[in-house]
Amino acid sequence: MATIADEFHAHSDGHVHDHHDHDHKPGFFARWFMSTNHKDIGTLYLIFAITAGIIGGAISGIMRAELAQPGIQYLGFFADLLGTKNPSFDQQLHLWNVLITAHGLIMVFFMVMPAIIGGFGNWFVPIMIGAPDMAFPRMNNISFWLTVAGFCSLLCSAFVPGGTGQGAGIGWTAYAPLSTSGSQGPAVDFAIFSLHLAGAGSIMGAINFITTIFNMRAPGMTLHKMPLFVWSVLVTAFLLLLALPVLAAAITMLLTDRNFHTTFFDAAGGGDPVLFQHLFWFFGHPEVYIMILPGFGIISQIVSTFSRKPVFGYLGMAYAMVAIGVVGFVVWAHHMYTTGLSEDVKMYFTTATMVIAVPTGIKIFSWIATMWGGSIRFASPMVWAIGFIFLFTVGGVTGVELANGGLDDNLQDTYYVVGHFHYVLSLGAVTSLFAGFYYWFPKMSGRWHSELLSYLHFAVFFVGVNMIFFPMHFLGMQGMPRRYPDFTPAYAYWNHIATIGYMVMAVSIGIWLINIIYAFTMGKKAEGNYWGEGATTLEWTLSSPPPFHQFETVPVIKDEDHH
Amino acid sequence: MILGEVSGAFGRRTLRLALKTLPGLALIAAGAVHAAADRLAVAPGGYTPMKPTPGKGMPVDGGLTFQTQYSPTGLEALWMHDNIVMTVLIATTAFVLGLLIWVMIRYNSRANPVPSKTSHNTLLEVVWTGIPVLILLVVFVPSMKLLAHQFKTPPKEALTIKAIGNQWYWTYAYPDNGEFEVTSNMLSHEEAIKRGEPPQLAADNRMVVPVGEPIRLQTTGADVIHSFAVPSLWFKLDAVPGRINEKVLFVKEPGVYYGQCSELCGARHGYMPIVVEALPRPQYNAWVMTHAGAKIDGAPEAPAAAPVAAAAAPAAEAASGTEVAAAASSGE
Repeated sequence: MATIADEFHAHSDGHVHDHHDHDHKPGFFARWFMSTNHKDIGTLYLIFAITAGIIGGAISGIMRAELAQPGIQYLGFFADLLGTKNPSFDQQLHLWNVLITAHGLIMVFFMVMPAIIGGFGNWFVPIMIGAPDMAFPRMNNISFWLTVAGFCSLLCSAFVPGGTGQGAGIGWTAYAPLSTSGSQGPAVDFAIFSLHLAGAGSIMGAINFITTIFNMRAPGMTLHKMPLFVWSVLVTAFLLLLALPVLAAAITMLLTDRNFHTTFFDAAGGGDPVLFQHLFWFFGHPEVYIMILPGFGIISQIVSTFSRKPVFGYLGMAYAMVAIGVVGFVVWAHHMYTTGLSEDVKMYFTTATMVIAVPTGIKIFSWIATMWGGSIRFASPMVWAIGFIFLFTVGGVTGVELANGGLDDNLQDTYYVVGHFHYVLSLGAVTSLFAGFYYWFPKMSGRWHSELLSYLHFAVFFVGVNMIFFPMHFLGMQGMPRRYPDFTPAYAYWNHIATIGYMVMAVSIGIWLINIIYAFTMGKKAEGNYWGEGATTLEWTLSSPPPFHQFETVPVIKDEDHH
Repeated sequence: MILGEVSGAFGRRTLRLALKTLPGLALIAAGAVHAAADRLAVAPGGYTPMKPTPGKGMPVDGGLTFQTQYSPTGLEALWMHDNIVMTVLIATTAFVLGLLIWVMIRYNSRANPVPSKTSHNTLLEVVWTGIPVLILLVVFVPSMKLLAHQFKTPPKEALTIKAIGNQWYWTYAYPDNGEFEVTSNMLSHEEAIKRGEPPQLAADNRMVVPVGEPIRLQTTGADVIHSFAVPSLWFKLDAVPGRINEKVLFVKEPGVYYGQCSELCGARHGYMPIVVEALPRPQYNAWVMTHAGAKIDGAPEAPAAAPVAAAAAPAAEAASGTEVAAAASSGE
């Protein structure tokens, strides 16, 4: 690809004026509120995801403070703060359920997805395939603003009645009948509507990505030459397109059950509460791959760049993601092992779930094989990427344990599950987000972050998150159920350790924010290809930040180029 | 046997049933005569709640792994976790960590300034696809066996107990014992400490069950979904309104076993513990007879099986609870 980069630079020398700030940018309001530019929309998504992530992270701070010791200490204070004066004990406990619901929904729909798909996807998919922008720039804009509207709807739900107290206390899974007859008041409707809006935004985003990737690749950029990050977003977009409508249907049925006396999920009218779980998890399981697959793509780019080697087993890597996507649609009931599934059903879902370990293993081994024989430079993105590979492996192997329906009987709905999915999401997806952030931040902003602070951020974050989530496996095996604000003293020790871990993690987020401030105030200017030789994808052929409209001359990818 | 169960897993139900019921039938036949008499015995002295043994049937301070198991499927699951799954887990993680450390040392830019250009190796790719498949097969076989054992249907004469989840307490119905119901609420912190029980886990009334026999436990929900879970018995089954779920509960030794509701059910989700007290049959029957309208399960319906029961039966119909207890124990 180095040859392409040189040639492209040579070719575009005549248009160098296009590559500077005096290409035609609209005014502030038009630029940021009516944007049709994929890079600006990507930036908006990232700012939005950081904001939502800080809110979601603060909520988990309240939760960890409450769980630091047995008894109820802080819920009353926060219920009061949110407008319930002199909250009763039940209202305090209801707030707990509101917190777990908000934390889950915010982190899934308004932090990880906007950051990894909306943010990095928007920014780099068009550039990596040599396209000037997304296929449907206006739809791109409405995708973003629908997500923002969804977030506002969710925040509103916290301040209206939701049954026992204010807010929707139904868990991010919103199981009926707790979410229907079990929660009177508009809070749950607001939460459901929030998912409708965010879901519609994501579906449009998925259509946009699929169209862009299929139709707007530069000449010579065949599907089998696309960078793996583009592959990962393509697979993710298909998962979104197939999974989200099922969620939309399920939560619409919740709405009609709540407001129009239908009985889809009410046995008294011939419905079935477990039907909701089937619909939810038919969406919900692909959803977890939606969150992690783009992370896989980011890690592949980073490992290849800093090993100064092409990705090992490119086709295996691409089709492993396709396989994960396909198999991800036929394993949903492993979230429902204790709902009364029959023996054969449990045996099938156990088997299908374990099969996912195979393509995941291919990915892990291919990353290591990419490093094998390489000339590895431990720049900050690489350190984060190696951290990702290890942490994701830990999250993956506990998945093999949970996959077994027979073992899961004792782990379902315990802290073991919380530990497992935070290892793959909080330590997996979020670690890949930070890796991608340090990899691309100078590209996006044109300014260098501090590598020293990035290492420090990693070290403190790594210690912190492991302290939070590793003990959760112990708690879960000992039987502590999830979504509990209080516990018997036997669980106090590891809960206390986890809370200390949270404080360590919070410090690391502080270091990261300082690093961003540093970059914008004191950071050096970044060159076009600041990572040097190993960085071979098309974004490195552009200036940092890239011109407002890139590739006015379409790049041509030659046969001998690597991915 | 292993092969039989595994192949049966995907629909050849008849083969599996035949394999499973053969040893089972023999067991039932051998125990039948003896059990029939024992089942009806009533211990004198009524019922006093059993003191829990510290560390048994409850979480332990700072515990690192599963609670000690007191049911056959629990022991099997624990064995599988300890010996098979944990081995795979630790070996895989250590292997990946080892490889990562090795490449970081051997192939960093100082140790290896010129990167290789290798990007394909078909054999290697086949190997790292094939070996995980083999490892998964090692997990797969005991996993299917465990599932088959957990789904064993209870014998016809097994005692039925119904656990009903309510917001936010449990009720336990005993349809075979005269259909009485027990309502079980959490004890306050102070009360639990006073009675020497773990706070948050102790309840005023327990679900008392007979020890050493399969119990047909049915769960359902009265309002929203709850989940009946006892970690030390490897038991968890959702209590879904409008549905009845059923699973065998088997407790190997007498004791008090604590659990908690395990499906989000509203504000006091964390405040509706489950306490299972397993007692030998005579003590269990004595507990049963402390309830109004109670009867010993199997007593009147089985005159042919046990003459003792036949003698006790008329008395059971005529007399009040305590008198039946006395009659039955004197009949012994």
